[in-house]
Amino acid sequence: MFALAPEAHAHLTTSGLGPFYDGLTHPFVTPEDLLPLVALSVLAGLRGARFGRFVLFALPGAWLVGSAVGLVITSPALIAATRTVVTITLGALVAADVRLPLASVASLAIVFGLFSGGLSGMDLARTQSGALIVAGGACAFFVVVALLAACVVSLRSQWARIATRVAGSWIAASGLFMLGWALHKG
Amino acid sequence: MKNRFILPILAVCLAFPSAVFAHTRGAEAVGFLSGLKHPVSGLDHVLAMIAVGLWGAQLGAPAVWLLPVTFPIVMAFGGMLGLIGVKLPGIEMCIALSAFALGVAVFREARPNLWVAALTVGFFAIFHGHAHGTELPPGSDGLLYSIGFVIATGALHATGIGIGVIHRWSAGRICLRAAGAIVAAAGIVFLWQAGRPHL
Repeated sequence: MFALAPEAHAHLTTSGLGPFYDGLTHPFVTPEDLLPLVALSVLAGLRGARFGRFVLFALPGAWLVGSAVGLVITSPALIAATRTVVTITLGALVAADVRLPLASVASLAIVFGLFSGGLSGMDLARTQSGALIVAGGACAFFVVVALLAACVVSLRSQWARIATRVAGSWIAASGLFMLGWALHKG
Repeated sequence: MKNRFILPILAVCLAFPSAVFAHTRGAEAVGFLSGLKHPVSGLDHVLAMIAVGLWGAQLGAPAVWLLPVTFPIVMAFGGMLGLIGVKLPGIEMCIALSAFALGVAVFREARPNLWVAALTVGFFAIFHGHAHGTELPPGSDGLLYSIGFVIATGALHATGIGIGVIHRWSAGRICLRAAGAIVAAAGIVFLWQAGRPHL
């Protein structure tokens, strides 16, 4: 697992608009976080509004907890590797349109939130405005889940659902490349 | 009246914060754009990807969406193999062969079992992915490059599927078969180019 970890370099962004906005924009310029976030939002949306509502609060909450934990731990390798595996898994689940129970979707959301937050927390340990950045990041996760899951829940046509499955396959494919790049650099 | 496009548009706007893109870590934009352009830089890739979409449209549901769902994942697996240094024999030959084989399938309106079609597409996808995975331009961000060409590949499939809609008309079916013949002929040229000894 350690050998699989992608380079967990400092990946916090500088928007020039302040630490809150740095955190807010972080997921959108970090494909390693954006891809699983999108996949999870779509997966929750495909399962319905109830799932979307759960992930809406569970994911940012887990991310906050993970960020707090990341402030004190210093082993990014395992965390980054887990996030890669989660990305591939989420993309594949969306592509297959697997009808998971709520507990499974919730577990995936919490695991991803914890590990993604953990990595960010490790980077935050080196900054002075960690709380605002974390708040911004959690807001970004909340907004993406809210918008994307709601879009998917509202889809009615079969073709729209198929399009989301295709998007899931793209995310799984990207996750496989994340793994490949991790092994390539290792 | 509800505007169902507000949410998707808002989501897209949020996903592209221009202020932050002015502060990229390095060559991310270059990597993504390079990846986006890569599948369309080779005619053999383009024709094979479009042929997958055409064939899927001819086969109808569920192949019409199953093939474009399967291809990127298997292609990425091939790319991963290329990245970790696993050598595959005859990459260029197999890529050329994919154009020929898929072109023939479209020309003949072949209707094998779904799993046969998926296996055929998957087999060629590995070689296409392997080629992409080993052709990263220097100075680019690898992951964004990969995401770029996954998206471009999917777009080519969608193009093929979009064109393939014409098969519902008899004249359209003839046009599709002609397109398949052209792709197959191009595949023969690619095979010859790949097979001739390099001086």
